[in-house]
Amino acid sequence: MAADQTRRIDAGGAIDRSTPVELVVDGTTLTGFAGDTVASALVANGRLRVGDSIYRGRPRGILSAGVEEPNAFVLVHGDHDESMLPATTLELVPGLDVRLLDGIGVLDQKPDPAEYDKMHVHADVAVVGAGPAGLAAARAAAATGARVVLLEQDFRLGGSLLASPAEVVEGVPAAQWVEQVRAELEAAPEVRVLIRTTAFGSYDNNHLIAVEKRAEHLDGTARDGIPRQRIWHVTAAQVVLATGAFERPIVFADNDVPGVMLASSVTTYVRRYAALPGREAVVVTTNDSGYAAAHALLEAGASVQVLDARDEGASPVVASAAQAAGLRVRTGCAVVGIDGDASVEGAWVARIDAEGALVGDAERVVCDLVAVSGGWTPNVSLHSQRQGALHWDDDLAGFVPTAAVRNQHLAGAVRGTYWTDGCRAEGDAAGVAAASAAGFSAASRSTVIGADAVAEERVARAGRTRQLWVVEGREGGYATHFVDLQRDNTAADVLRATGAGMRSVEHVKRYTSISTGVDQGRIGAVNTIGLLTRVLSGDDTRAIPPGQPGQDETASGPAAGAARPTPGAIGNTTFRAPFTPVAFAALAGRSRGDLFDAARTTSIHPWHEAHGALFEDVGQWKRPWYYPRPGEDIDAAVARECRAAREGVAFMDATTLGKIEIRGADAGEFLNRLYTNAFKKLAVGKARYGVMCKPDGMVFDDGVVLRLAEDRYFATTTTGGAARVLEWLEEWSQTEWPDLDVVCTSVTEQWSTIAVVGPRSREVIARMAPDLDVTREGFGFMEFRETVLASGIPARICRITFSGELAFEINVPTWYGLQVWEDVAEAGADFDITPYGTETMHVLRAEKAYPIVGQDTDGTVTPQDLGMSWIVSTTKDFVGNRSYSRSSHRAADRKQLVSVLPLDRSLRLPEGAQLVEPGALGDYTGEGLPSRPIPMLGHVTSSYHSQALGRSFGLALVKAGRDRIGQTLIASFEGRFAEVEVADAVLYDKEGARRDG
Amino acid sequence: MLIIDCPNCGPRPETEYGYGGQAHVAYPEDPHALTDEEWAQYLFYRDNPKGDYAERWVHSAGCRKWFNAVRDTRTYEISAVYRTGETRSETQKGA
Repeated sequence: MAADQTRRIDAGGAIDRSTPVELVVDGTTLTGFAGDTVASALVANGRLRVGDSIYRGRPRGILSAGVEEPNAFVLVHGDHDESMLPATTLELVPGLDVRLLDGIGVLDQKPDPAEYDKMHVHADVAVVGAGPAGLAAARAAAATGARVVLLEQDFRLGGSLLASPAEVVEGVPAAQWVEQVRAELEAAPEVRVLIRTTAFGSYDNNHLIAVEKRAEHLDGTARDGIPRQRIWHVTAAQVVLATGAFERPIVFADNDVPGVMLASSVTTYVRRYAALPGREAVVVTTNDSGYAAAHALLEAGASVQVLDARDEGASPVVASAAQAAGLRVRTGCAVVGIDGDASVEGAWVARIDAEGALVGDAERVVCDLVAVSGGWTPNVSLHSQRQGALHWDDDLAGFVPTAAVRNQHLAGAVRGTYWTDGCRAEGDAAGVAAASAAGFSAASRSTVIGADAVAEERVARAGRTRQLWVVEGREGGYATHFVDLQRDNTAADVLRATGAGMRSVEHVKRYTSISTGVDQGRIGAVNTIGLLTRVLSGDDTRAIPPGQPGQDETASGPAAGAARPTPGAIGNTTFRAPFTPVAFAALAGRSRGDLFDAARTTSIHPWHEAHGALFEDVGQWKRPWYYPRPGEDIDAAVARECRAAREGVAFMDATTLGKIEIRGADAGEFLNRLYTNAFKKLAVGKARYGVMCKPDGMVFDDGVVLRLAEDRYFATTTTGGAARVLEWLEEWSQTEWPDLDVVCTSVTEQWSTIAVVGPRSREVIARMAPDLDVTREGFGFMEFRETVLASGIPARICRITFSGELAFEINVPTWYGLQVWEDVAEAGADFDITPYGTETMHVLRAEKAYPIVGQDTDGTVTPQDLGMSWIVSTTKDFVGNRSYSRSSHRAADRKQLVSVLPLDRSLRLPEGAQLVEPGALGDYTGEGLPSRPIPMLGHVTSSYHSQALGRSFGLALVKAGRDRIGQTLIASFEGRFAEVEVADAVLYDKEGARRDG
Repeated sequence: MLIIDCPNCGPRPETEYGYGGQAHVAYPEDPHALTDEEWAQYLFYRDNPKGDYAERWVHSAGCRKWFNAVRDTRTYEISAVYRTGETRSETQKGA
């Protein structure tokens, strides 16, 4: 079965050899085992080469075994293709059909049919990373009874231990230790272990956001009913970051040829996946860690040669282990070039000097694998997202955290702790400290040693890392010395950036695009910074603005004339979420389609639907827009609806208006202070239109207020403004006038409102409410009556108008809304009563220049600008009043509401069209941009066709508009111009003769 | 996401709250007694400190009550909450 797995090592590895799994790669079927990734299956089949590079089309190979992979990206075919997944983290499951990508993917244009979920949890301790440090931390915290969440991006627990299963931890082999801790955690009642879960964002208040893959690894029908991914929002009292470290490559000529691989990844492929990346290997390293790959390869039967870039070679313990294993080691040497294009055929090896330049001739060594280790970079992303401090540690040759963020703890390789028992001990201590800080007490298993001693031991255990930022090639130049493989950026590109004057690492990043790829600089960032230390002087680095993560705080760089700055003089680019890519679909979760936002409908909605209404969204409300009859377009329908309202009778569902009850002994005084006009002396049973302004004097909302009783008012608001008006009332009553006895309650949902409009509306209301005197004398304008309808339903009927016509509004409890609407339809049938929607409402109100707050106003418009000085009281004070005496409010060129009449009576101007003086256009034809700015006088805020006037018209805000009445202006829109005449805002029934019928 | 400790409802997620800017900016006793400059100060000018900032919040999706909180603008840590009308105590003024 596994005959084709030519590079599968005979024994070992965390793979299930009894479960072969087929994989289709670019149409070719390969076989791997359960427990493989796509990348490890490729390695096991002797395939290191993947897609070509993004810009230069160079052959590329698998570089890593994790999330830092810059080359091996695949597209996974499925119901919905998914692009740019690293093969190194993609779990091998049956049915996987992938295409290797050339450094870039394309989004599938089909909708994603999968479901995505969200979860919110609170924890005492959240632990990120399940290597030796994270496992020990989770175990220690769990033992105290704390609620623990452990997040691990891999599909297995163990972290670095997965690549060293035989290493002894607490007296047992690592694989067994991981299993023991896992069992212990799973048995603990308050512990949640999440694998395949990447914590990608870390936010204030220890809010972590993670994405969990839930279904992709399942086979066929096992996926049914399981959301594909889930976003976790974890709020934790304490956080332990045990996020490990990334190995850096070495920058030498042709270091991107397939077969060049990170040394620790070679170890992972050999020991975790039992897959042999090469049979003849050269290991080139700047530090002790590279030797692990050499041992792994040797034990797997490969021939190995180690090139140690350090003149002194490895630390004594590592050196003697190498000697004992019979490893061939050459010190002070490095790979200076690669032989081969599509795969490594040989390595050019030479002695190098202190600058990384060749000493003497290079020698060609035949090999098929070059394992590289340029040192380690702690994975500080989540730490730095919270502005956790970093500094360059010259001994560890990496940016390490200076101190944990408040309520966070750091353990293991993220701190530069690069030996297993150190990681385990730090994790244990961090777990205890975190649980204790969260209020749980426990004893640590480990002896806590002083911080200085730990720092010394870290350096001693790691050994010295040579900071070899670039190795000269056999020929000059750096055009194939790759720094960022995914972006195809080389050392030459870095030199081009500094040559162009770039100094800050942020500028170099943007000039080159280094660190902007999927791996976000995990491969190339520190090597870029290292390169900058080679080409920038101390003076250069002193000119770099401070504040980059890890940048030295005090006078950057060495004294003038000193040799070289350190990476600390330069710092990192900013670390941002997400740590690894997250699909938008996962972030959206279920908030798609119908569930994107709540849709509010009135109790009358079913009737509107049954009668063919088209709907308009107003805030969250679905409002009838117009009711087309067969063959009618919007214009014909609106003209018919307008005619009915002006000449006969029409009705509209006005339920969506905001409604607020204001109650209390001081309710009248309260409204007096917030509305521009007076309400305190409004008689019970009467209504009044009111305008509310912000302290700056600008119109905020408007509506009609009814006085229900001495201590009760009922205010209506704009449909969209209901919530903010209630908030506004509550804010003033609570924060400024707590002494006033007033309570505000939203009653929008409690009442249905039906407007019955038109000269014949009185007859309809008379039929609806036989007990009511609806005569002109008996029921005056701006009055309301409580009554019982013919149907027995109690109702509050108001005589108010938003069209200028005789009109009534029937308010009934919401659950009677549909019934009463149908009764109105029946009572008005003889008069051909016509339902109308928001479009007709807008035409009718605009003909009367009734403004819509938010359409004809924009937060810079006063009541006076609207021509409503009459509503601004001069006898009482109110919020906004003081502003009217500010000079800006008295300026002669304030924009004022007027109407505009296109000379072409059929032209409906687009709302937003600009208005300018005739002659101001100069030579501007509407093509492109004018040669100089054209002063604007204002803009069109509303525009319709008036059935009553038989022409188009608009409302507009125009500088000194009322002084311009009669003038002709130019409307500019969509590259066209049209002449318009400025007219008084009110175009229909100026005398207000129609409102009483 | 911040967890904000409502004086009435206890700790609740930030999404339940509305923000109201700087606290203790009282509506002037008599706006008409102010110069344009002074009135403009009330309307438009607010502090922008690096560090502790006393500001107003409202528990919109809870008790709907306004209250004050002292938040560090650098760390977003809230060191004190107290009801509208209460003054910030010496201990709440922090470091």
